[in-house]
Amino acid sequence: MDIHQIRSQFPQLGEKVYGRQLVYLDNAATSLRPVQVVEKWDEMSLRHNSNLHRAVHKTAVDATEEYESTRAAVAAFIGAAEPAEIIFTSGTTQSCNLLASCLENGGFFREGDEILICGSEHHSNIVPWQMVAGRKGLKIKVLPVDDRGEIRISELPALLSGRTRLCAVAQVSNVLGIINPIPEIARICHANGTLLFVDGAQGIPHLATDVRQLGCDFYAFSGHKMYAAPGTGILYGRRELLEAFPPYMGGGEMIESVSWEKTTYAPIPRRFEAGTQNISGVPTLRPAMEMCKLLESREISAGSDKIRTFLLDFFASRPDITLYGNPADPARKLPIFSITVEGAHHEDLALILDKMGIATRSGQMCAEPLMDRFGVTGMLRASFAPYNTMEEAVYFTECLQKAIDMLK
Amino acid sequence: MSSLAETKAAVVEEFSMFDEWLDKYEYLIELGKSLEVFPVELKTDDRLIKGCQSRVWLDTRVQDGILRFRADSDAIITKGIISLLIRVYDGRSAAEIAADNFDFVEKIGLRENLSPTRANGLNSMIETIRKEAERNV
Ligand SMILES: Cc1ncc(COP(=O)(O)O)c(C=O)c1O
Repeated sequence: MDIHQIRSQFPQLGEKVYGRQLVYLDNAATSLRPVQVVEKWDEMSLRHNSNLHRAVHKTAVDATEEYESTRAAVAAFIGAAEPAEIIFTSGTTQSCNLLASCLENGGFFREGDEILICGSEHHSNIVPWQMVAGRKGLKIKVLPVDDRGEIRISELPALLSGRTRLCAVAQVSNVLGIINPIPEIARICHANGTLLFVDGAQGIPHLATDVRQLGCDFYAFSGHKMYAAPGTGILYGRRELLEAFPPYMGGGEMIESVSWEKTTYAPIPRRFEAGTQNISGVPTLRPAMEMCKLLESREISAGSDKIRTFLLDFFASRPDITLYGNPADPARKLPIFSITVEGAHHEDLALILDKMGIATRSGQMCAEPLMDRFGVTGMLRASFAPYNTMEEAVYFTECLQKAIDMLK
Repeated sequence: MSSLAETKAAVVEEFSMFDEWLDKYEYLIELGKSLEVFPVELKTDDRLIKGCQSRVWLDTRVQDGILRFRADSDAIITKGIISLLIRVYDGRSAAEIAADNFDFVEKIGLRENLSPTRANGLNSMIETIRKEAERNV
């Protein structure tokens, strides 16, 4: 399928704002949704709506089948050993909190233990760990990034100690767009007996991902950033680790049997899925994953590569623009471009671009420690999806230039 | 000094000259650039208005029941909006400001064009000015 056929499946790309064609460059915040995803949601809501696992009637059986086959499809999509290693959550944030809570309540941390967190993490992969650290008396250490935004991997071994129980790092930062060297980090962490959690929220929409090749112990992502329904998310964990976890929330479905004397819990993954699940949303992950695969085609990725080269060249040619996330090897850069412009505030730029029809993001982007690292109060971010075109990239640079001219 | 109602009407009139929002921005940017210089030593945390994506400082002085405002922001469109607010409310009595309904903000379409994003914290700026006035009535 060529790019125009792909685009026709994302109706929002045809929308107008203020009478101008919408150019959607806020994909790192949330992606647009293709018709197949919306149709699946409709189908689940209008024809197969029923609660899962509980009833014997046909519709319930069908809904359960949809839900569980999605779990199997997700497992295959990310290379998990088996569907039971896939826990459905409401998104990456809940996945991080579930993991933090289960590690804490499972007695994984002792006072004085350490958690190593990468310096470019999203707040969702910082705050849950700070909360646990506060309750358990743990120490948080930071794995720094260099001026290019690349992880200082050479410092990793020295940052790990005998007390470092967990390392938390994103596959790709939502600000920097650099593909982090996860397999190498995994090797170093594991040699030290440290578990590795990878936040895949930004990686999964762009990169064919195999959790066993990455070598991580846990992996999380959000459905809404990869074309599926909002309120869907995944936490992957290796079976032997998940089996040692206590439940996350108590309630229906997560139990084996309940009595006043003793309640026992369901096996993984249902132990972690208390209450009625997102029965309409979860099945949309299947068409969404199919879309991801479609977008991995040689033709589409060649287009994305051209856009990346064009924008990297454009930013490099501009002494007044600083690009954050500029890896030595451009092949490690995803089309997520966060910049500051000398003499022009990110908020002003975003407001003017908006009136030109371009949706971008400005501010701290849920990564305040990273803003501090680079000594800025915020940035302007244009994040592309594989369905964005070179014409849109060119229009973006022209409008950015106009906005800068207006502000100077 | 013209009355509060007259000044508000003048601002609404000026804004109605522009059809395109980009032109209104251009105008706000000009206003922002010409805003009176704000002393650096006044850029303190207690003068920061919360709820804005850009940093906005507002300094209020009271002289015989009259409020004097000075403000600054690191974002220029926000500065332009501040300059409008200052033009309308600076040098008026606390009672007059507290009794005002700030309706010119709707009339020039600032709220619907800027506020949905809450980016520039327009509501926070207005609330701060209103509170300062109420405190000094
Ligand atoms: C790297 C990263 N981690 C975590 C999150 C949080 O995802 P969600 O809001 O879907 O829970 C985001 C999304 O903004 C992200 O970009």
